[in-house]
Amino acid sequence: MTGGSRAILYDAVVVGGGLHGLSAALQLARSGARVGLLERSWIGRHASGASAAGVRTLGRPVAELPISLESMAMWHDIRGLVDDDCGFHVHGQIKVAENDIELAGLRDRVDQLRALGYRHEEVVDAAELRHLLPPIARHCVGAAVARDNGAADPHRTLQAFRRAAEAAGVTIYEGCGVGAVESIADRWRLSASRAILEAPVVVNAAGAWAGRLAALFGDTVPLGTKASMMIVTERVAPYVAPVVSCAGRALSFKQTDRGTLLIGGGVQGRFDLQAEKTTVDFIALRRAAQAATALFPSVAGVAMLRVWAGLEAKTEDLLPVIGPSPQAPGVLHAFGFSGHGFQLVPVVGAIIAELAATGKTTRQIAPFALQRLARKEAAA
Amino acid sequence: MSSRDDVVVVGAGPAGMAAAARLRSMAIRVTLVDEQPAPGGQIWRNLEANRNTAVGKALGSDYAAGAAAVAALRGSGCSLRFGTQVWQLEDGQSDADWRVFLKTAEGLDMLPASIVLLAGGAQERPNPFPGWTLPGVVSVGAAQILMKSAGQIPAEPVWVAGAGPLPLLYMTQLLALGGKIAGYLDTTPRGNLVAALPHLPRALAAWRDLRKGIGWLKVLRRSAVPIVKDVAEIAASGSDCLETVTYRPRGGAAVTVPARLLLVHEGVVPAIHVTMAMGCRHDWRDDQQCFAPSLDGWGETSRAGLYVAGDGAGIGGAEAARLRGEIAALGIARKLGKLSEAEAGQRAAPFRRALKKALAPRPFLDALYRPRPEIFAPAGHTVVCRCEEVTADQICRAAGKGGPNQLKAFTRAGMGPCQGRQCGYTVSHLLARSLNSSPGEVGFFHIRPPLKPVTLGELATLEVEEATP
Repeated sequence: MTGGSRAILYDAVVVGGGLHGLSAALQLARSGARVGLLERSWIGRHASGASAAGVRTLGRPVAELPISLESMAMWHDIRGLVDDDCGFHVHGQIKVAENDIELAGLRDRVDQLRALGYRHEEVVDAAELRHLLPPIARHCVGAAVARDNGAADPHRTLQAFRRAAEAAGVTIYEGCGVGAVESIADRWRLSASRAILEAPVVVNAAGAWAGRLAALFGDTVPLGTKASMMIVTERVAPYVAPVVSCAGRALSFKQTDRGTLLIGGGVQGRFDLQAEKTTVDFIALRRAAQAATALFPSVAGVAMLRVWAGLEAKTEDLLPVIGPSPQAPGVLHAFGFSGHGFQLVPVVGAIIAELAATGKTTRQIAPFALQRLARKEAAA
Repeated sequence: MSSRDDVVVVGAGPAGMAAAARLRSMAIRVTLVDEQPAPGGQIWRNLEANRNTAVGKALGSDYAAGAAAVAALRGSGCSLRFGTQVWQLEDGQSDADWRVFLKTAEGLDMLPASIVLLAGGAQERPNPFPGWTLPGVVSVGAAQILMKSAGQIPAEPVWVAGAGPLPLLYMTQLLALGGKIAGYLDTTPRGNLVAALPHLPRALAAWRDLRKGIGWLKVLRRSAVPIVKDVAEIAASGSDCLETVTYRPRGGAAVTVPARLLLVHEGVVPAIHVTMAMGCRHDWRDDQQCFAPSLDGWGETSRAGLYVAGDGAGIGGAEAARLRGEIAALGIARKLGKLSEAEAGQRAAPFRRALKKALAPRPFLDALYRPRPEIFAPAGHTVVCRCEEVTADQICRAAGKGGPNQLKAFTRAGMGPCQGRQCGYTVSHLLARSLNSSPGEVGFFHIRPPLKPVTLGELATLEVEEATP
């Protein structure tokens, strides 16, 4: 678009139409801001639409727990937030130990959490594990359990957040990628493929491409990319209710409302960031199938229908970047969720809106400052 | 890499057989893979077993003519793997090679290849109408498979509804085997003939093909098969299975008849599932109302080292498929450095001339059998995606929210076991109509792997070494 086109003024522009972008836009709009959201492709095109949608505090890094626990409370009243249950069911999350060493590791973790005052995780023995997961393999010795955890439906969640954001007044521009950024007086001008938007506040929720967007504002962030593969199977009779992971293997395993099994856990596919493309690697994916059949031998005969990989950013310490840009005034980052951002969606939106309105937040976001990554980069 | 084959050909119909034999004759290592237990593809399915049988005789001279191609393949020295599905295709990571993942009764396997030639042929055009998912409604193609592979024909008189050469051929074959036809509901719009006539002079170059069609019609008339012309709408109903068929000729009143078996067919389209899954570029073919992979003069897709020959390249029939197989084989030999550019061009020239002749009747046939518009605009309550039971109304309501791939999230259309093979075209057409656009602009579903279902247990025991990154 040429420079002669009229810019549209907003109080805040969100870049990225994944769940974090939608959540930030929703909260900003509810706090009274005029919000435009730019999405290069379409809403939920990448990680959000490809998510396993686990709603989990179990096993989360301690640094994330304060905001994760707040987010969990928001999930338990998700209808109050977006007027839809998002397909969220509280069936618990279970991390299975296949031997005594793994079980001891889970115990240590729960003891550490107790010492810090957290009580959301507990360790259960083999008998209770079998009660929670009847088809679990006989060799499994116990598990860590978070009973108030669960999982949602990613597409339903996307639709709910989109509807809520639009109802709150957010204007969504799909098929509208940011090409250039310039600073004009007290605001930013974002030239996108079909529109020019200006606002004093810009939220970077650009997922796998957030590092590139940050660079346009002068922030250098070393970012990796995740292309975690997911398997969905044919429908089977009710099999497991909780979401299952494994202490010693990369696995996440759950049954959807439709009866299909959804299997992931971080086995990586291949990707091409420039082309916005992922490629499934079945030889690597074999490990997910091996993990699933090791824990649940009776699923060996279940057919896989579809496999895909989403694209998102990962940081070196696997913690997200949440907070103001050190370089660019008014720019707020929310990216780098490193494969476990779905559960944080409600609270991060609230944090971004708080930062935009007041310049600070009562939440503990110090561990998520962008500077920590930039410093490591400089030291290296 | 010592076990690597240079070329893997997928599909043992006219195109795949010709290409494999030709490649082998140029001392290129080639493996031909096909799901069926024997060579022949759809047209010559089970030919070796049906030779000198009543079924073989009833199937006619075009069927018997496949014997030479099958014999040539058997004697070619190609590695032949029948009863083998290709469940996934991946490009190798570091080099330009391909991984062809196979599934047999013994389990999963992977075959590396420098070049893959897809000769997967055609599939019947999805044709949703009210009641099409009822037991007792079967495609003509499926009925012909039963006839060829098991010698089975329906015990009771059947209703046949559709357009194109296949229903005529099938009915002729059925009558020869003693089958009974309750009636033929010809859905070819009357106006098509007028549109087709300008193409007739060119088509006359292939007068033998046209004469075949006239011959089939004669057989039907001689057997006093009731024929209803210009049928615009069809509906099947029944409580648990087909009980009645209702049809309405264009501009006429609806008629309901009792029926136990309804065979339907509305032409064929290239099987694009694999090329779509591989992200190849495709073009919308308005003349054949389908997508086809964009190919260069040798049949190479937009993905280097991935070739297509046969009806998968665009509907042309068996002879055109054979010629495309020959041309692709020469193109592959050229790519592998076995033939110079000039040699390949020289040797391809007669095949290209013959292909032009074989395709001569196509504009006439495509215009004559251009699908009636009702196929692409089924009544609102018609199930479009039968796997996930999504209706035309539900698709239209979600139109405007995005393209076919966003629609998956909103409606689940295309997300079931058939992965959009049955509803892809209908969804693209419905969206195009709602958005005042064309299917070519709306596009098609992204096809996600695997190409065929495999079980978790099978994948878990796949014995292939993981490449070192």
